[in-house]
Amino acid sequence: MSDNAAPIKLFEKKERIFPKRVWGKYRKVKWVVMITTLAIYYLAPFLRWDRGPHAPDQAILIDMPARRGYFFFIEIWPQEVYYLTGILILAAVALFFATSLFGRVWCGYACPQTVWTDLFVWVERIVQGDRAARMRLKKAPWTFDKLWKMATTHALWLLIGLFTGGAWVFYFNDAPTLLEHIVHFDIPWSIGGWILALTFSTYLMAGFAREQVCMYMCPYSRFQSAMFDKDTLIITYDEDRGEKRGKHKKGESWEGRGHCVDCTACVQVCPMGIDIRDGLQMECIACGLCVDACNNIMDKVELPRGLIRYDTTHNQEQRRQGAEEVTASAHFLRARTVWYTLVLCVVGGLMLYSLTNRATLELHVLHDRNPLFVTLSDGSVRNGYNIKVLNKAYEDKHYSLTVHGIDGAEIRVQGAGAVDASALPVFADSVGHFRVFVSAPKQADARTAITFELIEVNSDASLVANATTYESIFASKRR
Amino acid sequence: MSDKNMEKDAITGVETTGHEWDGIKELNNPAPRWWLIVLLISIIWAVGYWVVYPAWPTLSGDGERGGTKGSYGWTQYQQLKESQAEIVARKAAYLDRFNNADFDQIKADPELYAFAVAGGTSAFKDNCATCHGTGGSGSAGYPNLLDDDWLWGGDVDTIHETIRVGVRFTHDESRISEMPAFGGMLSEDEIGHIADYVLSFTGEAYDGPGKALYEDQCAACHADNGTGGRDFGAPNLADAIWFYGNSKGDIMSQIRRPKHGVMPAWEHRLDESTIRQLAIYVHSLGGGEN
Ligand code: SF4
Ligand code: SF4
Repeated sequence: MSDNAAPIKLFEKKERIFPKRVWGKYRKVKWVVMITTLAIYYLAPFLRWDRGPHAPDQAILIDMPARRGYFFFIEIWPQEVYYLTGILILAAVALFFATSLFGRVWCGYACPQTVWTDLFVWVERIVQGDRAARMRLKKAPWTFDKLWKMATTHALWLLIGLFTGGAWVFYFNDAPTLLEHIVHFDIPWSIGGWILALTFSTYLMAGFAREQVCMYMCPYSRFQSAMFDKDTLIITYDEDRGEKRGKHKKGESWEGRGHCVDCTACVQVCPMGIDIRDGLQMECIACGLCVDACNNIMDKVELPRGLIRYDTTHNQEQRRQGAEEVTASAHFLRARTVWYTLVLCVVGGLMLYSLTNRATLELHVLHDRNPLFVTLSDGSVRNGYNIKVLNKAYEDKHYSLTVHGIDGAEIRVQGAGAVDASALPVFADSVGHFRVFVSAPKQADARTAITFELIEVNSDASLVANATTYESIFASKRR
Repeated sequence: MSDKNMEKDAITGVETTGHEWDGIKELNNPAPRWWLIVLLISIIWAVGYWVVYPAWPTLSGDGERGGTKGSYGWTQYQQLKESQAEIVARKAAYLDRFNNADFDQIKADPELYAFAVAGGTSAFKDNCATCHGTGGSGSAGYPNLLDDDWLWGGDVDTIHETIRVGVRFTHDESRISEMPAFGGMLSEDEIGHIADYVLSFTGEAYDGPGKALYEDQCAACHADNGTGGRDFGAPNLADAIWFYGNSKGDIMSQIRRPKHGVMPAWEHRLDESTIRQLAIYVHSLGGGEN
């Protein structure tokens, strides 16, 4: 650079990262988590859960046209989306909780971005070979061999993407039926569009964007870092032990030098392409692969493991000062973790309580506003009401509707056929709408408080304990 | 890169660009190139919108409000038309069944009944609410359709007929009834007596000259006991519902020079199916008779 202004580079091509294969404890955990989470994702829609003849038997189903959400024994209606809020709060607090205890475990093991990227890298390795081979192949001229390997890799990626998008739509439709339709290419464009969109986004995110997602797009990576404190488990390079680093030949003495043999194994396996020996960095997703890599090397040079390991900055300080390391219980029991546990328990408990005690019967009454009342020829007064009966049970039901709080009230249901207030029919898992008229003599007040009572009735007209009420008014001309 | 202007940030070890604002220095961290590419693609994508949708204002364009038209020919009106066509298509599924069913069948079929009431509701708001009110409760001179007092009858067929032919309208079969104006024929006193007698149907007992006058002049249509007659659309004077008010003055004014409302005939204005939906709707308002 001959000119004297600082070279400002606004944009920069990102170097491709070729993570090297590694064996070890954390790698094993990652495989297990990957297989479990992917298995859940791909297979869960096929789980069945019997809900009787009037409701779908898919264990996990979001039924958009019918406006219902099913999760095993839980069912929610559109007006109950606050459960979703509850789930989101739970998920957020659980993430805070896990982060304050173990650092970015979510990122390292469970995040879909990590899991799918891992899967894609695995495919890449199976087809093209390990790190060195892949780097060579990238630089190599376009021979038939390269073409073939590249085509296979991308075809497999697309296939995985297709399955990812394919599995997604099963959560919104009856899975076996939809599978049948998909196999026969007999699906509406809306479903096909979802499959294609997710195929493409999976291909893009796990095949190309990879670590860029964590670095530039993901909000979680940022606020997780913000939740770190000195007791958070992070991936650490033990500088005091490792430095001064340098190559080491078998048999040479370890006196006067550090234990890091500068083999760069930790750098080569890192899916984020960083050197953890530079200290904790924003990019590190705490996957622990560098720990495995380094441990393998330490085994080889016959030094104790743990030059790179999960540790806390608190511990590091303690050691430097020659003090005791923080015990596990002291590490886990901090104000922050206790608070998170408390919030988790309260929110989880509330949700569980309300879900298990969810009423299967609801009554809503809307009093007519225009007009408030009608005077009839005999001088009495009639009020109109729109009544909704929410039958959340999986059986067709009948209910008797009565009105209390007003003398001489007569109740009449206006509707097709001969509907009677003593046996309002409501289908399983649905809302019954009824137009109801209440007539009574003219009242002393313009507005009388009344209560509607709805009681489930058996086919033999006997009453069932299942009942609910709704407060309303009866408007009248003053006497 | 051993430039003399080059300055390294002490904490991050990253070079600065030399830009400084109030002591805050910009680090020279290049953004990823793909980010730029995504931005460029978005811009190109936006150009697509200019082409396919109305986008650019011009002084005298051929678009909806001037300006470019866009190759899709999209307009809000077109979109509205399409959504309406969709609704019409959805209705068509029921319309056939509805048209082929008689009133009794419709009243027994929850689906058709709901269809008719829904269709009637919107037709009522468009056509009838001006006089009868959006809730159907009318006002002085405009009948309340919710109560159980009917001038011409309150079963579905009769309601349908009234809507079809109208009242005192130009339709050939229109319902006609005209109460004569007694203003010139009877004296003010006599009119007052009749009003007193009429009020006695729903109030205190009356024993005066009004009774004989009423029986002479009014009973033919309104019946001896004041219950009126649907054959001539004569209002019931013996119930709690009053068409033009129930003060003595209101009643005298109506005897002296009666007001006659007019209801248009809806045949030829609305199609038969809509009229039938309206009939069901009005019947459903609470006063419907069997
Ligand atoms: S940074 Fe975001 S995308 Fe990356 S692993 Fe963590 S949560 Fe997932
Ligand atoms: S530095 Fe280690 S723990 Fe962090 S992302 Fe790289 S390999 Fe994973």
